[in-house]
Amino acid sequence: MNRAVETVPAPGHEHAEGQQHPITIYLWIWALLFIFSTFSYLIDYFHLQGYLRWSLIILFMLLKAGFIVAIFMHMAWERLALKFAILIPPLVLLILIGLMAIEGDYTFLTRLAAFLR
Amino acid sequence: MSENALTNESTSVLGGLSAAAADHTLPATREPTATPDGLTGVVSDWSEDKQAFRVPWGKAMMWIFLLSDTFIFTCFLTSYMNVRISTTVPWPNPSEVFALQIGGRSIPLILIAIMTMVLITSSGTMAMAVNFGYRRHRAYTTSLMLLTAGFGATFVGMQAFEWTKLITEGVRPWGNPWGAPQFGSVFFMVTGFHGLHVSAGVVYLTVVALRVWRGFYDRKGSYETVEIAGLYWHFVDLVWVFIFAFFYLW
Repeated sequence: MNRAVETVPAPGHEHAEGQQHPITIYLWIWALLFIFSTFSYLIDYFHLQGYLRWSLIILFMLLKAGFIVAIFMHMAWERLALKFAILIPPLVLLILIGLMAIEGDYTFLTRLAAFLR
Repeated sequence: MSENALTNESTSVLGGLSAAAADHTLPATREPTATPDGLTGVVSDWSEDKQAFRVPWGKAMMWIFLLSDTFIFTCFLTSYMNVRISTTVPWPNPSEVFALQIGGRSIPLILIAIMTMVLITSSGTMAMAVNFGYRRHRAYTTSLMLLTAGFGATFVGMQAFEWTKLITEGVRPWGNPWGAPQFGSVFFMVTGFHGLHVSAGVVYLTVVALRVWRGFYDRKGSYETVEIAGLYWHFVDLVWVFIFAFFYLW
């Protein structure tokens, strides 16, 4: 995988043409994205419910997002320094999401208590 | 033996210290060029020849911009999660809200499915454009980028249709006929902000495509701008993947 980067001359060089990969890779990923999107839609079309629905939605979402970032945005071929700088900061958002989920539950219970009294 | 080693080490440390002290007294020999202070100093410090990311600076900056955009969209989606958890009235069923009557039959979520496919198609044509750019195929790059922009414009058009449909059905940021009033505010905020990104992307891609056509990047000697524009476009598609999953399918 890394060979594609190594064949490129030194960075900053005038004729360095980064990120050249065979077109077949893009066509495969393109096809996969269509397939995953179709599956996502079929989840709704066939009215899957509960944990099966949610886990399938998350699975296809992560697969699509992963392929877009890795292949279409070329992150798979970038150096580790750039990968870390871009991919690690969003992980702190998981804390925000966790906190807001707790907050939402708390607000819901408070509202129930206030409205049902 | 070990004592010897210890003394050796301590003397060498002392030696190092004294050498450092000696250096300190003679800074001029170490730094022949004076470091400017004040505003000139700010400029010289920030433009110093240090490089962390071995990619063109425009690409690094686009990635950092996209990172900040990730935070904005996550804030939107997180606030959506928060209001959806905390509401005491049922959330409107997106499957029915976004259904269309086709051939006398109601097909759930079909408009959103078509919009998703349009955006994925545009992502594929953009990836091809980047590839042909690096191969210096000006005609292919230009037409693929304009095709991408065309798909983007189609997406925005379908979104305008969707907004019109919902507004005529009575969806407002403060209420709707089917349930939790927060549905409208989340819908208009999230899809509106995403649609704004797509619209900006259409303009951006068109400008870069026309420059490709005029041979601007051949004269510049690099097609990296096409790849940078591609990063932005793929990010718009990426955000839609999350909106599709969490807002439309959940």
